[in-house]
Amino acid sequence: MSATEATRKMTFRDAVREGIRSALQNDPRVFLMGEDVGHYGGCFAVSRGLLAEFGEERIRDTPLAESAFVGAGIGAALAGMRPIVEIMTCNFSLLALDQIMNTAATLLHMSGGQFNVPLVIRLATGGGKQLAAQHSHSLEGWYAHIPGIKVLTPATLEDGYGMLASALADPDPVLIFENQTLYIMEGELPANAGPVDISSAKVRREGKDACILTYGASLPKSLEAAAKLAEQGINVEVVDLRVLRPLDDATILRSVAKTHRVLIVDEGWRSGGISAEIAARIQEQAFYELDRPVARLCAAEVPIPYAKHLEQAALPQVDTIIAAVQNLVRSHG
Amino acid sequence: MSTPLPDHDQARRLLWQMVRIRRFEEKCVEMYSAQKIRGFMHLYIGEEAVATGIIEQMRPEDAIVATYREHGQALVRGVSAGSIMAEMFGKQEGCARGRGGSMHLFDAKTRFCGGNAIVGGGLPLAVGLALADKMQNRQAVTVCFFGEGAVAEGEFHESLNLSALWKLPVLFVCENNLYAMGTALRFTESKMDIASKGDAYGVANACVDGMDVLAVREAARKALETAREGRPFLLECRTYRFRAHSMFDAELYRTKDEVAEWKKRDPITLFFDSMKAASILSDADLTAVEDEVTKEVDESVAFAEAGTWEPVADLTRFVYSEVKPS
Repeated sequence: MSATEATRKMTFRDAVREGIRSALQNDPRVFLMGEDVGHYGGCFAVSRGLLAEFGEERIRDTPLAESAFVGAGIGAALAGMRPIVEIMTCNFSLLALDQIMNTAATLLHMSGGQFNVPLVIRLATGGGKQLAAQHSHSLEGWYAHIPGIKVLTPATLEDGYGMLASALADPDPVLIFENQTLYIMEGELPANAGPVDISSAKVRREGKDACILTYGASLPKSLEAAAKLAEQGINVEVVDLRVLRPLDDATILRSVAKTHRVLIVDEGWRSGGISAEIAARIQEQAFYELDRPVARLCAAEVPIPYAKHLEQAALPQVDTIIAAVQNLVRSHG
Repeated sequence: MSTPLPDHDQARRLLWQMVRIRRFEEKCVEMYSAQKIRGFMHLYIGEEAVATGIIEQMRPEDAIVATYREHGQALVRGVSAGSIMAEMFGKQEGCARGRGGSMHLFDAKTRFCGGNAIVGGGLPLAVGLALADKMQNRQAVTVCFFGEGAVAEGEFHESLNLSALWKLPVLFVCENNLYAMGTALRFTESKMDIASKGDAYGVANACVDGMDVLAVREAARKALETAREGRPFLLECRTYRFRAHSMFDAELYRTKDEVAEWKKRDPITLFFDSMKAASILSDADLTAVEDEVTKEVDESVAFAEAGTWEPVADLTRFVYSEVKPS
């Protein structure tokens, strides 16, 4: 088989769309609902074309009523369907937080194991598109605080495509955070792409001098930084966390034990964020493996601003990642 | 009485269901005082005609979403009194293994989907259950109970809109007992006629005397017909809770006279007296019903007492599913 047959060139957006299309084709219980998913084609054009292919029953435009349509997704999941609910951005998901936290995440436990909720919620997340403070936040780390749900952060085409099928096969609520800036990322999706595991982190680049633990839009930035650092003779391992709940401690700890220097790169805020959780786990389980304190590069503690230079300064960037790693490996003590 | 009269067996059953709720909850108060039951416990006493009149018209395939004041709904639906009492005792033989307590009764067998203690939170869930039934061509209706306090929540409005827009088989039952916890309706709603709020969304609606079980039953029959045709219905039942909001309520917000006035329209007395006057039920029926119920309630306590505590080692079970469906 030639390379062109083995892979298809597409964007991350296309990969997510193909994942949805495949799910709709494979299981009559699956349907997509959310704001502007149908006639508009999706706020980020992810679902463009699906309405014509699958019809209004299965590509279901909703009113601007996040709480009601997320709750309806929970109810539909309880009664045998496999809904994919799209929330336009994770900022809007706060209007549905009651349903996500008080219902979806608690029903199984509160009912003593009787009512599981096989619901998938897809949310756009992240800054970098000058959409200001009500469309740009990264709340995946926040959601990772909640027992009862799983939190996925795809950052490759394979994951953009394959995490959905795995999430739909999961008996419990799964939230998939798709970083807005990744939608235009181009790559090759293997023709035989399929479901992927949704329980483990993956080493995306091997290295021995330090490791970067990251996810989402910071993954391509970290890989670019690692490539540039390699030119300086610094070999950085890059771990794609992929799943923020449950965290894959084993993979994280292996890279810590291998490199002894750790940088966590997270578009979420630093205080009380997922980076703090990861740093705490490393400290609890691998304190004596560390040559330096765990370093963190996170979003500045501001609502994400509109102006481009300020927004860029608020988020981890390739140059700031490089500087953070250089600082980490510079010298002991 | 303007509504159709039941025959003897139907009347006896309605009486039996209402007395079950009343006596079961009186026992709950006793168990609460004995510290067998803890936490929040909300009593339905006074409102028995609503759950009874409506649920007695439902079919086995139908679903229920209820609130934290749901002992009555669960009992009438067929969740066993023993499993409800055990739940409140916190025992693993409870209908939610002791994980839910009084406010979160669940029973998959009877499609009793909780027990939701976020006011208004159950309405979207009901919409989704109905959506799934419709998409799978099942002839089931979802009945969603909530208080008039929920009408102030956005989820009420969002859910009515969605159910009408998508033509879903949902019966929304507003149990209007005049107080959102301790705040009277007049302090919370600009327009106190709740049923007519359905008009804004194209949801058929009616208001019924919630102290009259036959009126509720007849209204439910008609409303369920509409819902089975694929159109949502909003039924407001005007009722009154005779007891405090919960066990922590000093009842500063209403007068004893007001409560006494409503008690003159006790749904059980009202129903039994009218049935006796119509020679449908006799004193002997009432005595027999009371005896049966006493036995059932006593057995529920014995069941709960004999129940066991879930091992603490099981604490983190049921956060995620243990068996993946094939």
